Amino acid sequence: MDAAFLIESAVKVLIVLGFVLLGVPLIVWMERKVIGHMQDRIGPQRVGPFGLLQTIADGIKLFFKEDLIPGQADRVVFFLAPALSVITAFVALSVVPFGDKVTVFGRDVPLHVADVNVAILWVLGTTSMGVYGIVLGGWASNSKYPLLGGLRSSAQMISYELAQGISLVSVILMTGTLSLAGIVAQQEHMWFIVPQFFAFVIFLLCGIAETNRAPFDLPEAETELVAGFHTEYSSMKFALYFLAEYANMMVVSAVAISVFFGGWRGPFLPPVAWFLIKLSLFLFFFVWLRATFPRLRYDQLMAFGWKVLLPASLLNLAVTAIVVALTG
Amino acid sequence: MNQVDPNSTTAFLPILMMLIVAIGFAVFTLVASHFLGTRVNDPAKLSPYECGITPTGSARERFHTRFYLVAMLFIVFDIETVFLYPWAIVFKQLRIFGLIEMAVFVGILLLGLVYVWGKGALEWD
Repeated sequence: MDAAFLIESAVKVLIVLGFVLLGVPLIVWMERKVIGHMQDRIGPQRVGPFGLLQTIADGIKLFFKEDLIPGQADRVVFFLAPALSVITAFVALSVVPFGDKVTVFGRDVPLHVADVNVAILWVLGTTSMGVYGIVLGGWASNSKYPLLGGLRSSAQMISYELAQGISLVSVILMTGTLSLAGIVAQQEHMWFIVPQFFAFVIFLLCGIAETNRAPFDLPEAETELVAGFHTEYSSMKFALYFLAEYANMMVVSAVAISVFFGGWRGPFLPPVAWFLIKLSLFLFFFVWLRATFPRLRYDQLMAFGWKVLLPASLLNLAVTAIVVALTG
Repeated sequence: MNQVDPNSTTAFLPILMMLIVAIGFAVFTLVASHFLGTRVNDPAKLSPYECGITPTGSARERFHTRFYLVAMLFIVFDIETVFLYPWAIVFKQLRIFGLIEMAVFVGILLLGLVYVWGKGALEWD
């Protein structure tokens, strides 16, 4: 470790932070525009070219909104919960490799904030910490809709976490490493989507449920729970929850890309460009799903997690283990 | 040689930096909006939101035991998942031995899943 390593890391931390803070408004704009067109509307178009600055304007507006704290709320937890949500999302992104090594001032700089040997465990661990942000926010509001939203959310997220964790184990059986950089390195000749297609499908479905996106957006089902766990939240606290949701979409997409789609690998274009293209396609898919599917009923949601995805991920694991044990 | 060994503690240092920056960002936005926003308080505005009707009772009600049941089942199966990770790392050395060992372990837990399924613990109606 030397001073150059510290400077290099600090720069990468700020790049990732800036990428998320600039990327999220862009994703929100893309979502509104795409959903608009899918519903035969035109979406935002007034602020800036093609309405691009709409989300930035919304963000600035939220900064100056009244920061309302309900009278009966647990004030400390009410502050802590949205911060927890957004911090876990940022920290999870720090192990994702977003490009090959580049040489800056004669120094090889690997394009990820940190390469740790337990990267996948780190992502799973931090994203499951995100559940606390939601359940504590729902509880601290001391109001009925947020409480129900928070409870539903925690039950949903822990149920889908199981199948998500097990679907990743079948890939690790093939790689023998938990490092995301190591997994990307092993996909030089074949992306893991080919041998592990079912694991990918299970991982993606669980990822959508983990980020509370449609059609699994039960925790914030507008038609029955107002806004779910963030009903009582306003101003930047609400914005932080919003930011966390989209940052978590980035985390799920980035992990899916690194584990199943060869990470930053691709022909002709520079690695970072490939990573961004794949990331955009995933985020578009999230939006497309929201425009296409109606919301599930809660009993269907829990039954799907426990009775379909969990056995399916175990079956996939068993088949992978047998094949790997026999062929090496 | 300027690469940091991914097995060393130093490899986690950038994550710590990210954590500090993320906490700083969250605290800055929360504090800034707390002071920037205008504030007009009145009792009706500070009461819990219940679609405009006067709130009845407390939100600190008892909730259904099913949520506890899901949490307990989660702990059992999540511990299973935690055991699967180190097993998967060394699986290529263990081969058939590892396969049989894990088949026994997961088999017992699968029996448990079949049991709770038959008992109706996974039903939500």
